Amino acid sequence: MKKHSHFLIAGLVLSALVFAFIILGWFWTPFDPMKMNGAVRESAPSLEHLMGTDKFGRDILSRVMKGSGFTLFVALGTVLIGTVAGTVIGALTGYFGGWLDEALMRIGDALSAFPSFLMALVLVSVFGAGRNHLLLALGIVFIPSYARIVRTEFARARNQNYVKSAKLMGASTARILFIHILPNIWPVLLSAITIGFNNAVLAEAAMSYLGIGVSPDEASLGYMLSDSQSYLAVTPWYALGSGLVIILLILGVGLIGEGLKRRDL
Amino acid sequence: MKRTLSLFLASALLISLLAGCAAKPQTTTTAPGTDAPAAEVTPSTINAETGRRETNEIVVGISQDLDNSLDPHTVVAAGTKELMFNVFEGLVKPTSDGDLVPAVAESYTLSDDLTTYVFKLREGVKFHNGKTVTMEDAVYSLSRCRDEGYVPALAGVEIAGEGDELTITLPAPNNEFLAYLTCAIIPADYADQATAPVGTGPFKFASRHAQQDVVLERFDDYWGDKAYLDRVTYRIYENPEALVMALKGGAVDLYSHLSVSTISQLGAEFTILEGTMNLVQAVYLNHAYGPLSDVRVRQALCYAFDRQELFDLTAGGRGWPLGSSMYPAFKKYFREDLSTLYPHNVERAKALLAEAGYPNGFDLTIKVPSNYSPHVDAGQVAAEQFRAIGINVTVEPVEWTTWVEDVYKGRNFEATVCGFDASTMTARALLERFTTGNSKNFIGYSSAEYDAAFADAQNAKSDDVQTRAYLEMEGILAKDAANVYIQDLVDFVALRKGLTGYHFYPIYVMDMSTVRYE
Repeated sequence: MKKHSHFLIAGLVLSALVFAFIILGWFWTPFDPMKMNGAVRESAPSLEHLMGTDKFGRDILSRVMKGSGFTLFVALGTVLIGTVAGTVIGALTGYFGGWLDEALMRIGDALSAFPSFLMALVLVSVFGAGRNHLLLALGIVFIPSYARIVRTEFARARNQNYVKSAKLMGASTARILFIHILPNIWPVLLSAITIGFNNAVLAEAAMSYLGIGVSPDEASLGYMLSDSQSYLAVTPWYALGSGLVIILLILGVGLIGEGLKRRDL
Repeated sequence: MKRTLSLFLASALLISLLAGCAAKPQTTTTAPGTDAPAAEVTPSTINAETGRRETNEIVVGISQDLDNSLDPHTVVAAGTKELMFNVFEGLVKPTSDGDLVPAVAESYTLSDDLTTYVFKLREGVKFHNGKTVTMEDAVYSLSRCRDEGYVPALAGVEIAGEGDELTITLPAPNNEFLAYLTCAIIPADYADQATAPVGTGPFKFASRHAQQDVVLERFDDYWGDKAYLDRVTYRIYENPEALVMALKGGAVDLYSHLSVSTISQLGAEFTILEGTMNLVQAVYLNHAYGPLSDVRVRQALCYAFDRQELFDLTAGGRGWPLGSSMYPAFKKYFREDLSTLYPHNVERAKALLAEAGYPNGFDLTIKVPSNYSPHVDAGQVAAEQFRAIGINVTVEPVEWTTWVEDVYKGRNFEATVCGFDASTMTARALLERFTTGNSKNFIGYSSAEYDAAFADAQNAKSDDVQTRAYLEMEGILAKDAANVYIQDLVDFVALRKGLTGYHFYPIYVMDMSTVRYE
């Protein structure tokens, strides 16, 4: 156990730093992220503007701070929807089996048969654009994968002795499911959550990159990346700021996930 | 591990799927009279010393494919018309100065009551398929436009041909009628216009690869000044970054509609010409939306808007300020004074808002077509400026097709940024739209004064009276703050050094016949 904890520690430190950066952005940014300033258009990184300015003269650092908050919000929301709904569905189907299991898992198969992107695109075009709709669409797309993982674990736990004893002692089904079994599969779920979180960050960035679901004034990391594309040759720092935060965010959480997995082995 | 692997596989699958969609279909259409597909002509390479191609030809970059059908009477996309201007001509054709000169017709006379035009056909004008233009072709072309409704202005017009004289009789005088006779003269007995178009212009259609390129060749039997270049290849670059690479790498010699940020990436091997896009860019306001139905609110928006800041932020300070639905290329009709009617004044704007009963502002969503970056940028800047007077603005990018269906046709919007051009060289093409009940009046503007001025313009017996009526209409639009007028966008054309002879037109066309190597 001790041997691999440096993954965990590195991940925790990195994530703490990135999260602190993002949370700070909710309360304070060096400049108003929306404020346009014609005098400093496309200026290179300097002491005043640490990450430079964009085509409208807006401070990129401030926009990245605000934008990563948006990205984090969507990613956490997506994982929350996916985990909660996925756990409930997975627990019921895995524990009881039968026709409910068949029906829900086939629906899950159908959902995952679509590339997740296409599915999210369809949902956004049906519900309409906007932050909350984007969150909901990505959340729904993430449900099947969580449900599948949880189901497998519950199906395995169903026949184990501690569950049988709990049943004999007359524990209610809900108690067995969520008090007895859930804590035992927690490690598996946790590593699924870390992977899912990273996928959600990337999915949000990709969706915003394609210009779906975000307004251009709400800086999101993906939107900023796509916006910076045309200026890559002239103002490369424009893309670097948002790209860097995505990388660090994913690296940090990814390391945590890896550390947790190795610890449990 | 397995999960990571499957994720990787899934994304690989998705990427290959997307790549499959992007693969270009190889449909080829060829010039008339040839059985085999046109020989694959690849433009010669650029000589490093002279900086020009080995052969007398150029490659022009375009940003989108043409209409599926190239039939000149049915094409809708401005980009197709822009290109096919080189292939087709009407009885008259526009010049870069904004005049109309006889083309397939040699001359014309107008009767004293202004209702009867008599055109004399030019002798010996040849179609690209080698046949001579006859009276039958001319009558067929005009009648087709009239009967099929392709040119609404021809409705009710009588067309009769005798000898070399073509007589057109109008139901009522119409000073602008000549502008509609730019509609293409095509052969009466030719069925393949859609795939292998035949006209009388200085260039003939040679071949087309869908989503890839279109090739035009010089027409040596052209009646007028012959084109200089042997061949023009139009190559499609939907991605602006790819286009810049193509220009720098020598694959493309000429491109129009460049942005300021793009020209800064081009080196000294290009001449940059500056013209105008010939569009009326504005924040178009839906008068059916509660707060915007009040003229004071609309005026407040005009006062809140700072054009110069927009120019500074998005175009290096360049742009042609507009104050009404008319752009400067229409010299005769353009009123420069209107663009200074609402100088930037935040206090004034706030006072007007308060007077109209919105001291704390209101919610406003500006929909912008996401694929047109000048409109998206203008929308963002305008939003920021409107926020300064307390309006709660949201900018919502929508896809182009959604914009057309939902915003333009469905009128489901509060405000939108877009640009309108004139389809013919008439002031009417820009101003008729805002008359009460007009099907293209998507902002729902209605003014009795405006309608009356439009009627005056249509009934005017002389050009002077008509022009005055149009100028008055522009003034009414500005006074009522029908929209927050922005600009006619600066249009940059990049030309490889050594090329010359490019002319800007007041309408959306690109004339290749005058372009040549020095």
